[in-house]
Amino acid sequence: MTKLFEAPLYPYKRCADQDAGKPVRHPVIIVGAGPVGLAMAIDLAQADIPVVVLDDNDKVSSGSRAICFSKRTLEILDRLGCAEELVNKGVVWNVGKVFFGDRQVYEFNLLPEEGHKHPAFINLQQYYCELYLVERIRALQVAGKPVELRGGNKVVGLDRKTDHAALTVRTMDGDYELEADWLIACDGAGSPTRKMLGLEFEGRIFEDNFLIADVVMKADFPTERWFWFDPPFNRDQSALLHKQPDGVWRIDLQLGWHVDKEEEKKPENVIPRLKDMLGEGVEFDLEWVSVYSFQCCRMEKFRHGRVIFAGDSAHQVSPFGARGANSGFQDIDNLGWKLKLVLSGKAPEALIESYDFERETAADENILQSSRSTDFITPKSEISRIFRDAVLDLSERHAFARPMVNSGRLSVPCTYDGSPLNGPDAQGLPARTRPGSPPVDAPAGRSWLLEGTDGDFTLLGLGIEVPAQSELLGVPLKGLTVAHEDIGPELRARYLGEAEEAVYLIRPDQHVAARWKSLNWEDVTAALSIALGKGGEI
Amino acid sequence: MADIITTPNLAEPDTFYADLLTAHEGLTKEESDAYNARLILLMANQIGDHAVLKKLLDEARMTPAGA
Repeated sequence: MTKLFEAPLYPYKRCADQDAGKPVRHPVIIVGAGPVGLAMAIDLAQADIPVVVLDDNDKVSSGSRAICFSKRTLEILDRLGCAEELVNKGVVWNVGKVFFGDRQVYEFNLLPEEGHKHPAFINLQQYYCELYLVERIRALQVAGKPVELRGGNKVVGLDRKTDHAALTVRTMDGDYELEADWLIACDGAGSPTRKMLGLEFEGRIFEDNFLIADVVMKADFPTERWFWFDPPFNRDQSALLHKQPDGVWRIDLQLGWHVDKEEEKKPENVIPRLKDMLGEGVEFDLEWVSVYSFQCCRMEKFRHGRVIFAGDSAHQVSPFGARGANSGFQDIDNLGWKLKLVLSGKAPEALIESYDFERETAADENILQSSRSTDFITPKSEISRIFRDAVLDLSERHAFARPMVNSGRLSVPCTYDGSPLNGPDAQGLPARTRPGSPPVDAPAGRSWLLEGTDGDFTLLGLGIEVPAQSELLGVPLKGLTVAHEDIGPELRARYLGEAEEAVYLIRPDQHVAARWKSLNWEDVTAALSIALGKGGEI
Repeated sequence: MADIITTPNLAEPDTFYADLLTAHEGLTKEESDAYNARLILLMANQIGDHAVLKKLLDEARMTPAGA
């Protein structure tokens, strides 16, 4: 059987732009057909913004790579029309085991908060995620949406102009020129786009190598997450075992920085280590093995004129906490609606500038969390090792120490405190949903709150009637009224607290823009103006 | 603001001090270091209040050895 990641999914085809005789201008060109680039393309195409995706490859990524997709990612993909496929295929686990040295120190059962449409996360190979995104693009094309996916198209030249980017694209038929009003670089950690512009990552905080292996177990093996600190088969490092669909288990062995990568990934070196890890008598096939290197760092600015970086091309973190691909989806979620409004002339270019502030803040938060996990997993000094070991030793007998055990803090979306797009807050409403906050789902009547707030700006009336559809400052404003009797305990706790009623202005990416305890259209208009990057001018 | 107690608060200071030394008796330097770390973590959880803990952390740094 041909493996999914060996089959060309979007093979090179000659396109009209190559015979146009002069460079064809597109509103948006995306470089890179990984999860982030594909999601960006879907978001724009759904809104009828013509978009072209260029990738030098024509397949989904090989091996599992990103394997943990967070609730926020599923919520974003719901809006993009493909969350169901991921959730149906993905694996949900609840039991985790923590090992220290040669012994298990404790076991836990994740008890995710109730009242959310999506699970806290799913495990799924990155190639399935990419496959479902490509299938979604095909469905949009059938529906007549303006999206093109050009495989075998490698960007080899890039010139930044004041109001566009000029590209040279190499194909098997030779080079051709293109122009883009906006160029979105989603071309990964090694981003050729970044290099072509002579831009580099700022300050390397730390770096590491991981041996990553997908193995197929020949017998039953529990659906649990096992994490080892300093195990006998990988001294002074960590190891992780995770279940994926199709009976594939993912193994991450931390290697440290000074290793011979080629030597490490030879099957004769990998297989004995995996046997030590899984125990004698556990039979398995090695499906894929790779050495993954990362540096923890980010670009100083994510936006350079008309070239915008999203995902790993803009920032990189350690794999602990699944903050790579998940933060990439949050990048495009943040960028998509801003691009749409600016391209349609409904918002000034200043709106795009807020992408820098908001996503750079998020990148800093991810880097901080990632650094803390790494400090716990691989202590850098004698005293930090003493404390780390003390936490693990105590965790065996005492529950109090377990929250300090840090094998990665799962990606959660960032609250944009201090964002220039934030409007007024009202005293006494829950801190969790203050302006700048990521969305918190909750049952709302017979549906989910987030299902009612996607795509456009939404005015949410809790116990206050708002018009179902209106237009304000030239922008469509959807209204969602939840009557008093339909406000359940989750919605109350998350959005009202002690208050009886409230009005929320929610952005197209579902973050909270402003909120009040009563409805006043002048206030709503001023807050919308702020959220559109017009600084409150009406 | 949470205040830390820097005036005498132990009913039996000599007994506590003796107990502390007894607890370390027979331990190697490495075992003593590990013991201290566990003790700090247990005490921190007992105190709980982050503002108090932060003040204690800062205060300990304000009093360098030999000062």
